[in-house]
Amino acid sequence: MADTTPLLSVRDLQVHFPVRAASAWPWEGARPLKAVDAVSFDLYAGQTLGVVGESGCGKSTLARALLHLHPATGGSIVWRGHEMRQATPAQWMAVRKDIQMVFQDPLASLNPRMTVAQIIGEPLRIHHPELDAPAVMARVRSMMDRVGLTAQQINRYPHEFSGGQCQRIGIARALILSPKLVVCDEPVSALDVSIQAQIVNLLQDLQRELGLALIFIAHDLAVVRHISQRVMVMYLGRSVEIAERKALYQHPRHPYTQALLSAIPLLDPVAERNKVAQLLPGDLPSPLNPPSGCVFRTRCPQAQDACSATVPTLQTDAQGHAVACLRA
Amino acid sequence: MPTLIPKSVIEAAEPAQRSPWLDARIRFMRNRAAVVSLLILSCIVLACLLGPLLLPYSYEDTDWNQMGIAPTLTGWHLFGTDELGRDLLVRTLVGGRISLTVGLLATLVSVSLGVAWGAVAGFMGGRVDALMMRIVDILYAIPYLLIAIMMVTILGRDFYLVVLTISAFSWMDMARVVRGQTLSIRSKEYVEAARAIGVPTWRIIFSHVVPNLLGIVVIYTSITVPGVILTESVLSFLGLGVQEPMTSWGVLIHDGANVMASSPWMIWFPGAALTITLYCANFIGDGMRDALDPKER
Amino acid sequence: MTTPSPKAPVLQVKDLQVQFATNDGPVYAVNGVSFDLARGQTLGIVGESGSGKSQTALAMMGLLARQGQASGQVLYQGQNLLTLAPDALNTLRGAHIAMVFQDPMTALNPYLTVERQMTEVLQWHKGLDRRAARQRALAMLDAVKIPDAAGRISRYPHEFSGGMRQRVMLAMSLLCEPEILLADEPTTALDVTVQAQILALLRELQRDLGTAIVLITHDLGVVAGVCDQVLVMYGGRVMEQGSVEHIFARAAHPYTRGLLQAIPRMDGEASSLRAIPGTPPLMAQLPSGCPFAPRCALADAQCSQEVPVLHAIAASQAADEPFVAHRACHRTVAQVLHHEVLEAGHG
Repeated sequence: MADTTPLLSVRDLQVHFPVRAASAWPWEGARPLKAVDAVSFDLYAGQTLGVVGESGCGKSTLARALLHLHPATGGSIVWRGHEMRQATPAQWMAVRKDIQMVFQDPLASLNPRMTVAQIIGEPLRIHHPELDAPAVMARVRSMMDRVGLTAQQINRYPHEFSGGQCQRIGIARALILSPKLVVCDEPVSALDVSIQAQIVNLLQDLQRELGLALIFIAHDLAVVRHISQRVMVMYLGRSVEIAERKALYQHPRHPYTQALLSAIPLLDPVAERNKVAQLLPGDLPSPLNPPSGCVFRTRCPQAQDACSATVPTLQTDAQGHAVACLRA
Repeated sequence: MPTLIPKSVIEAAEPAQRSPWLDARIRFMRNRAAVVSLLILSCIVLACLLGPLLLPYSYEDTDWNQMGIAPTLTGWHLFGTDELGRDLLVRTLVGGRISLTVGLLATLVSVSLGVAWGAVAGFMGGRVDALMMRIVDILYAIPYLLIAIMMVTILGRDFYLVVLTISAFSWMDMARVVRGQTLSIRSKEYVEAARAIGVPTWRIIFSHVVPNLLGIVVIYTSITVPGVILTESVLSFLGLGVQEPMTSWGVLIHDGANVMASSPWMIWFPGAALTITLYCANFIGDGMRDALDPKER
Repeated sequence: MTTPSPKAPVLQVKDLQVQFATNDGPVYAVNGVSFDLARGQTLGIVGESGSGKSQTALAMMGLLARQGQASGQVLYQGQNLLTLAPDALNTLRGAHIAMVFQDPMTALNPYLTVERQMTEVLQWHKGLDRRAARQRALAMLDAVKIPDAAGRISRYPHEFSGGMRQRVMLAMSLLCEPEILLADEPTTALDVTVQAQILALLRELQRDLGTAIVLITHDLGVVAGVCDQVLVMYGGRVMEQGSVEHIFARAAHPYTRGLLQAIPRMDGEASSLRAIPGTPPLMAQLPSGCPFAPRCALADAQCSQEVPVLHAIAASQAADEPFVAHRACHRTVAQVLHHEVLEAGHG
């Protein structure tokens, strides 16, 4: 079912925030905080793109930029052939039916003063005002059933549910409009281990059933490996490597990806203790003051002089494996 | 095969629906001080409303035969009379009407103004927010008593003017608190989720921000009430409140203070009425704050 | 319960129970935890929310909330820490038994410099003067690999990154070279690369100082890397207990096995995850009988009525394994493994 035109095509996306240091004089201009600096990828219908990176890599900002919750300051976002980065709010409104989001904190993403029925039904009331109340309720019930909630819970409030159930409510809300793309921002990080598997399985089942495209953002590489077809690794706002799942996990080419993969604990005591992990020295640089050239060079075991002069761009090889590294 | 939760795993006995408001009411009822205060305050309000209708005297009837007598059961002068022979019980109850009415009206005005100011400032953010809050800061700096004296001296002692004067200086706390709460709500994930769905801004304010503000508004209203009543009493005590022969607790306390040495009951009764009302309002306010505390689940 | 290792244990916990008095009645947070810990060993306590793992550690340190009541025995150098007078406990805490918490930002005082916080510990417990204390603090910061320790020691906690702060916490806790270190989710809030550094550091420090470590976590990967013996808790009870090899290769409890299958693995094929249905219980609403019964595919009527007792698994002690594995389940090991084979067949 491979479609030749990507559903979503992002090129060199930038999201910069003007930030003024607390100690700055009033006439000093604001410096840009480069939360997202050069992210590019293609996403096809029915596919899952995993986005991994550590804190400060900009993946949450990327998610919000894709939904226009933060305006992107540069680059292009092409959704089904239309350039969206500078679209008007009215144009975005038409697109919002098709792009939805699941948030990280299950309880905080639900209005504590609204019932489950109201929360899940809200998108319908906004985008399909022609539906009357019983019709809305019918769809809400059927969606609740699909995500594993019982009909009796329809008038409950969010604080009466567990974390996993709240996330199911969030997923129901995201899917009720039958979107084409769901951006999941760390959807299982706040959940217990035994519940994470439930939600991951649910997302996979729903994707298969509804033909959804998913962007799955997480810091847990094992979960991402499980659910994604393609994976993108981000560092300090830039995409440093994108590849098919197998290729990325078995033959990572970027030094950061290699270090990241080696740091993940294995569930085998013997293998884990005998593993030689590549430990990255130093700290993450500040996004206010990223290093010149390659942003990873301050911690890279393979850095050379050339790395501080040139900014590496994503180079794609014949198998679709893209790396942004001068040494790879 | 989809891996949904087997229905048998979900608890068999599902507890009844508990809205956040119901939860709050239950918690409030557990606070004995608050519940008792509520009862006492209700009694006081009822007495002030109905008492004067049941008593044989009105608040301005003078009885030249019984001037300045101590509390006695004969002739139903339960609180005694003042130096003009006016029954103190009736005057206390009627004064209570004024004090409580001014308290209620002034609270209503200052709450409305404070909520509107704070919500707009909080939601707009940026320069508008900064400007509106600087105005609040300036108002805080003005000595209100001076302004109150000036306003009353120039414009006279009308009942509604007293209400206005008191409201003018009681809304700032509410504005600050509402602005803070609006700022915090604005950055919450459910507001973000609403924007992601495409909910228009006005609808976000009404469905998402305001219902979550009401908790703190209710709490601060119950805190504003005793402050306003006290302010009215202070103004009346200084001779800036309502006109004779209409009275309020502040006026009665002022008059009672003059004759405290010879007729102490003249200050005890209105003083006690005011004190008890303020205590009750404070306990109720505490109870509401605990009941509506958003940190409690 | 567990046969002590050849070296004498430095910490012995016998039947630790923790209960809280609440408005709605007593809440039993921990029911019967027992283990022995020898010098230089690491015990991992694994559990999800509501399992009681954090309360176990807090009870051992005497840091329970006011309504909490701990019973049982926590034996250190022959003394039961649970019945020790507060002054005596204070002398032990920090000097002999130290604790590292999950969020270093809240565990470090934001108003004091790192130097001040570290020298305070040394001055109080070791009676060192300011200068000597500073020297030791610097040495410790070097040991935890903080670059430019001399320059950074006079900074405030908020000027450090998350990983650095956790190193400072570790340094502070090891200043007095305690025999026992309790680490409550020390790497949960950290990125995976930083976590790898901290765990490597822990291993190194343990080798150098011989500290016995109790590591509380929900992450089985961390356990595989640093722990020698493992305790799996659920609903306030110990479900399974044994050496780390036993837990990962020969786990015999439905919960442990379920957990291992629910975690996506980096090695092996990415097939469907076998989720455990249902949700972990709230501490205040523990079911009667086995706490795992509502979610267990092998549960029967007996499981919901009778709490299973922790008993040793026969023939589980290999020649080089110092621990006998224990588990609490009404089903036999054979039944548990057989059921899994059936499940795998249905897929």
